[in-house]
Amino acid sequence: MSHHSPIVDISRQKAEQETLQRKSIGFWIYLMTDCVLFATLFAVFAVLRPGTAGGPSGADIFDLPFVLVETMVLLVSSFTVGLGLLAARYGYKRQAIAWLVVTFLLGITFLVMEISEFRHLIAEGDGWQRSAFLSSYFTLVATHGLHIAVGLLWMLVVIIRLIRFNFKHTDLGRLSLLSLFWHFLDVIWIFIFSIVYLMGSLS
Amino acid sequence: MIDQIMQTLFGRLTPQDFVHDPIMAGAGIAMVGALILAIAAVTFFKKWKWLWQNWITSLDPKKIGIMYIIVSIIMLLRGFGDALLLRAQQVVNDANGVEILSSDHFQQIFSAHGSIMIFFVAMGLVFGVFNLILPQQLGSRDVAFPFLNSVSFWLFFAGMIIINMPLVVGEFSNAGWLAYPPLSGLQYNPGTGVDYWIWSLQIAGIGSLLSGINFFVTILKMRAPGMGLMKMPIFAWSALGSTALIMFAFPILTVTLALLSLDRLIDTNFFTTTLGGSAMLYINLIWAWGHPEVYILVLPAFGIFSEVVATFSGKKLFGYTSMVLAIIAITILSFTVWLHHFFTMGAGADVNTFFGIMTMIIAIPTGVKVFNWIFTMYRGRVRFTTPMLWFMGFIVTFTIGGLTGVMMSVPAADFQFHNSLFLVAHFHNMIVGGVLFGVFAAFTYWFPKFTGFMLNERLGKMAFWSWLVGFILAFGPLYILGFMGAIRRMDHYDPSLGWQGLFIVAGVGILFMGLGVLFQLAQVAYSIWKRKEHAVGPDPWNARTLEWATATPPAEYVFATIPTVTTRDAFWQMKKDHKTNDRPEHYEDIWLPKNRSEGFIVGMAALVFGAAVVWHIWWLLIVSLLIVIVVLVVALTRDDTEKRIPAEEIAREELRRATV
Repeated sequence: MSHHSPIVDISRQKAEQETLQRKSIGFWIYLMTDCVLFATLFAVFAVLRPGTAGGPSGADIFDLPFVLVETMVLLVSSFTVGLGLLAARYGYKRQAIAWLVVTFLLGITFLVMEISEFRHLIAEGDGWQRSAFLSSYFTLVATHGLHIAVGLLWMLVVIIRLIRFNFKHTDLGRLSLLSLFWHFLDVIWIFIFSIVYLMGSLS
Repeated sequence: MIDQIMQTLFGRLTPQDFVHDPIMAGAGIAMVGALILAIAAVTFFKKWKWLWQNWITSLDPKKIGIMYIIVSIIMLLRGFGDALLLRAQQVVNDANGVEILSSDHFQQIFSAHGSIMIFFVAMGLVFGVFNLILPQQLGSRDVAFPFLNSVSFWLFFAGMIIINMPLVVGEFSNAGWLAYPPLSGLQYNPGTGVDYWIWSLQIAGIGSLLSGINFFVTILKMRAPGMGLMKMPIFAWSALGSTALIMFAFPILTVTLALLSLDRLIDTNFFTTTLGGSAMLYINLIWAWGHPEVYILVLPAFGIFSEVVATFSGKKLFGYTSMVLAIIAITILSFTVWLHHFFTMGAGADVNTFFGIMTMIIAIPTGVKVFNWIFTMYRGRVRFTTPMLWFMGFIVTFTIGGLTGVMMSVPAADFQFHNSLFLVAHFHNMIVGGVLFGVFAAFTYWFPKFTGFMLNERLGKMAFWSWLVGFILAFGPLYILGFMGAIRRMDHYDPSLGWQGLFIVAGVGILFMGLGVLFQLAQVAYSIWKRKEHAVGPDPWNARTLEWATATPPAEYVFATIPTVTTRDAFWQMKKDHKTNDRPEHYEDIWLPKNRSEGFIVGMAALVFGAAVVWHIWWLLIVSLLIVIVVLVVALTRDDTEKRIPAEEIAREELRRATV
């Protein structure tokens, strides 16, 4: 390697800083496009909600206490991922790993609960084929679940890298994007809980 | 037992699916033949390594842009061939029992024509021009996310292959370019056609969305120091509007296609006619994407023409601020007009009125732009070069298209025009006369920038006049036919209606356009052959914006030092201050992205994924999906992604270029 003058290194660091900044903005924008994606699914759900075709409506099938527990699990995981990011920022590697593992387990719990809810509905004969309402319900909730699964995979990669390698500032950048993603999914879920489950149970 | 194994291995693919009628088989054989020929040529000239290192794995936006344009030109030829067949069918109208196309084949061809022309010609050309021009015009070396850019291109490429696969195996969708249900549902279209259509657009669409984000961030964060938003070239502004639209519109397309696909794959009931589904919902969703899509395509064309008209009038663009405001207004308003595509569907008088008025309003900022361009020419020293001719042709055709658009925006009148050839003529006025002419102007205008030699002006002008005459002949009669009641997508009509004469005129028009295409191909070939005579310096047109401040053809790093901008027409100012030949006292190292193969691999895996869904080959679907995931994880966790070009090397290169 040729040796660099200090000036070059400073400009290089500045460039890397700018790259991270760009990635952060790009990721925010990606999240906004994801927001449009969910907004479309919400609109589809709103239009098709009356389309029960003689089948069950939301009030007939939703188990609110169960979904409330699900919601709490996800909300707590949003808190723990924040703790993990804080620990990483201060350089406490073990703590960061521990909080991320907790978040990961909470995320898995959420997914398992969601899948068991789906299985239950399908077993009762209320699968997505039954009516347009159920099609839109399954698609909206499962799209969120799919995002959670992607987030979990991402988290797994981050955890493994944290364990195996020294912590770099690029890793910190990725971790903060991950936590942003996770909070975003939390917000989406709050809308799902309110619009799909709460309003659905009221009618 | 064997049947079961075959079904697991090949899904619903059978040898029967490779059997085609003569026209399609001919096209398929030609395509595969050309592919084999290309592979043989690359092997014979031992160019694989060169192809891999210089093109396939390159993250250089200049290379990616050229690849976009090459793919789009090939697709333009295919789409043009489709158009020839369609018009031939209507001209002959089964006289004396001579049938060119069966009804089903006719439907497949007009579906292919529309889908290919929008997604793989217009979109591809626009992204190609973005890649080539935007970074340089902003005084930047690269886009914001070079690797993502490569992924976008290869997804686009994968979508292009998928939409062409029916030439070889399976069938094309016969449901029109937007595949309205219930026709596109499983009940009426159980074959593979609609699935091909869905997954081609889905994969290319995701690529477009990523590109949109990429260029949006590029424009916001990568401008040269001093270039405030209001000092950007108008082309960059139009790209900003276009990419903002992509970010808001393409997620809707992703969802819509996904839902249609779920209806076909796992029996959901979004758009079915029974069990509570709503076909109208699909039509609303697809146009909530589809109308902004029109502006995604045409805004960059507006940007191109703004650069062209300023350069060849020798004046700064008239009304910069109003131009910017018009772009912003169009960007916002384009989300409030989608229902004018289906006034007849019965949304009610109030809703129709609202969308009718909004449609009339969106014509206003567009009109502002037309006047700005004309005032830019006023008292300028106008040079009638080929790009300028395309611009002037555009003003005429686009204004006619705009006027007929306003005619259709009146809901009551639209009940007459709806679904007629009048509409077909209108949107061709916009897409051909607007987008395509814009890209042709861009092609001749910026060609010398990247090659070091001009395109032959004589052949270029001949191409232009053929296109313009052909265009008016081809689409003028359709307006009249539309008034007479001829509907679109019509493969037969009663000879007693007396329409054949006008169809023949339209057919002659398309032949003239074909002549224009031949002139263009000849123009490129001849200019390459005689490139020494056509050689020019870095500023052949006496242009105004920063992309002309770099060497011709530009170095990989484009700018040896990033310029500082003080005014709008930055390069014009540099010329006025005699600063174009200034060289810095010392250079600094430049870091550029290394080549990456992951973009190509992801694209190819997406291609296999698409084919696997279409043919229900589930194991292949899982395998390709796993490849995509693993490769992306590997790609996104890599840190060592940039290479250093040492300052000494840049100094040497700059000196060499200055002395040549």
